[in-house]
Amino acid sequence: MITENINLLTAIIAVVSASACALPGVFLVLRRMTLMSDAISHAILPGIVLAFFLTHSVSSPFLIVAATATGILTVVFVELLQKTKLVKEDAAIGLTFPALFSIGVILISRYSKNIHLDIDAVLLGELAYAPLNQLDINGREIGPVALYVMGFMLVLNVVFILVFYKELKLVTFDASLAATLGFAPTLIHYGLMTLVSMTTVGAFDAVGSILVVALIVGPPATAYLMTDSLTRMLILSVIIGSINALGGYWLSILLNVSIAGTIASVTLLVFVLVFLIVPNRGLVSIARRHIRQKWEFAQTMLVIHLFNHEGLPEAQEESEIAHLHEHLRWEPSFALRVVKNALNNRYVLQEASQLMLTERGRAKAQRTLVQ
Amino acid sequence: MHTQETKAIQVTDLTVAYRETPVLWDIDLDVPPGVLLSIVGPNGAGKTTLIKAILGLVRPAAGNVLIYNKPYAVQRKIVGYVPQRGSVDWDFPTNVLDVVMMGRYGALGWVRRPGKQDRELAMHAIEKVGMEKYTTRQISQLSGGQQQRVFIARALVQDATIYLMDEPFQGVDATTERTIIALLQELRENGKTVVVVHHDLQTVTDYFDWVMLLNIRRIASGPVEETFTPDNLRETYGGRIAFIKN
Repeated sequence: MITENINLLTAIIAVVSASACALPGVFLVLRRMTLMSDAISHAILPGIVLAFFLTHSVSSPFLIVAATATGILTVVFVELLQKTKLVKEDAAIGLTFPALFSIGVILISRYSKNIHLDIDAVLLGELAYAPLNQLDINGREIGPVALYVMGFMLVLNVVFILVFYKELKLVTFDASLAATLGFAPTLIHYGLMTLVSMTTVGAFDAVGSILVVALIVGPPATAYLMTDSLTRMLILSVIIGSINALGGYWLSILLNVSIAGTIASVTLLVFVLVFLIVPNRGLVSIARRHIRQKWEFAQTMLVIHLFNHEGLPEAQEESEIAHLHEHLRWEPSFALRVVKNALNNRYVLQEASQLMLTERGRAKAQRTLVQ
Repeated sequence: MHTQETKAIQVTDLTVAYRETPVLWDIDLDVPPGVLLSIVGPNGAGKTTLIKAILGLVRPAAGNVLIYNKPYAVQRKIVGYVPQRGSVDWDFPTNVLDVVMMGRYGALGWVRRPGKQDRELAMHAIEKVGMEKYTTRQISQLSGGQQQRVFIARALVQDATIYLMDEPFQGVDATTERTIIALLQELRENGKTVVVVHHDLQTVTDYFDWVMLLNIRRIASGPVEETFTPDNLRETYGGRIAFIKN
């Protein structure tokens, strides 16, 4: 087979998987339940192993059903523990998934002689092999299994969110209003958790249980910083997920390293980048706003100082540029820069060595003092 | 003595308990249609729990709630609910108009999307609470008072017959308080029944015509002038109340 073809297929599988994972991830991020995806992705292992024992096939649809059921069971266990009020949610998650995951690990190590499930593949998956595992119908190979599975999950997630958009939004924002209006928040909750489980199981084979968490959490968390609209957050999550997948895959070829690991790293990198530079909320714009406010505030102090002494006997002394830093207890260099800014903004005029308020500066002082 | 007159809300023998600790003991409450009723009582008296029990959000250990003689489940559409402002995440990516539209979801039912008419109703409700300048504002950018008005507008678009509001005056500015109380009084004048969990004893007589005094059990309920008495207040708040006016 031609390598380029395989590369293209791998890239498509990565993008489709990333998009499918990002969509339910948006609601997990907004409901502050992202740890649940971590729990589910690990806890489905015993489901997969048990189903494998029963069917002796890694591509049986029964595997997906059994793993999804284990995923939902995880959610039930966590919530039961939490309901006792003796254990908080994070501890409940921390207790549940290692227990279930370890059952899977023990089963694999006990019977691994005659099965080809190994723990490395479980944790990291192997995207590179995903295109090679072809779906076989009547002896004809019609494309990679992973592509069909994740394509199906993508369509299912899109349809679910399109149909129940209103309900998902209401339950996520205000579950008690949803309940009083008759929108069964528990039903929606388990619907969403079923989707998360199914998507995780589907992605498991291709990308493993760690990367799948990066795909579910990373893009929505990034998109959350960029928009104030839920619809846009959903769309952005898919776009960011796809960019991360493509960028990560390309970089992994370039560096000849693990595809899954590189995609996860790129996901983090993109998040940090957006965190720094996004307008209004990013660290850079917050820092710039602070600096601007600092200068703005200093100029306000200056005009108020001049205004308070205007027309009084001490005015001459108080408005002497060379002495300003003493009156206002500023660093001399800082005082000079503030004066320069205030002159530029026409708040003050310089007459000989003294500052005079302009009409504009006086108005500013008055406005500030009245507030 | 039982009158045959239909009650807007009728609570009988309602007990709510968390494990063995009773939060509400054997509550009876009749709310006649068209009153503006405040529920007052100290912290931990069970005011919010009572509202939630009426709405079916907490399951009672015993007792019954009827809305115009029928269970809440079949009367949802005539009941509007304003939860405490702190009960939701205001960083949710949505704007004022969108939140107010959520009040229409009950009328729409499952799956159906809000349309042009729902949008118009929402805009109208937003104008009523004086928030028309902020329709596209992200909800985290609003002040506490503005957020409360958005919640009230969301309940108004439900066009309910009964409104249940949990601390609508909590942490709001004076303007918002005036706007809200004017709206509540307008609702009553239009024949609606309004039940408000309230904290400020000073304003009970000015704002409301009915009052329920609650402290785990019902101390008293009825018209303000008969019910809001120093004796009842002392019984509700124990010795811990400094304010008792004649």
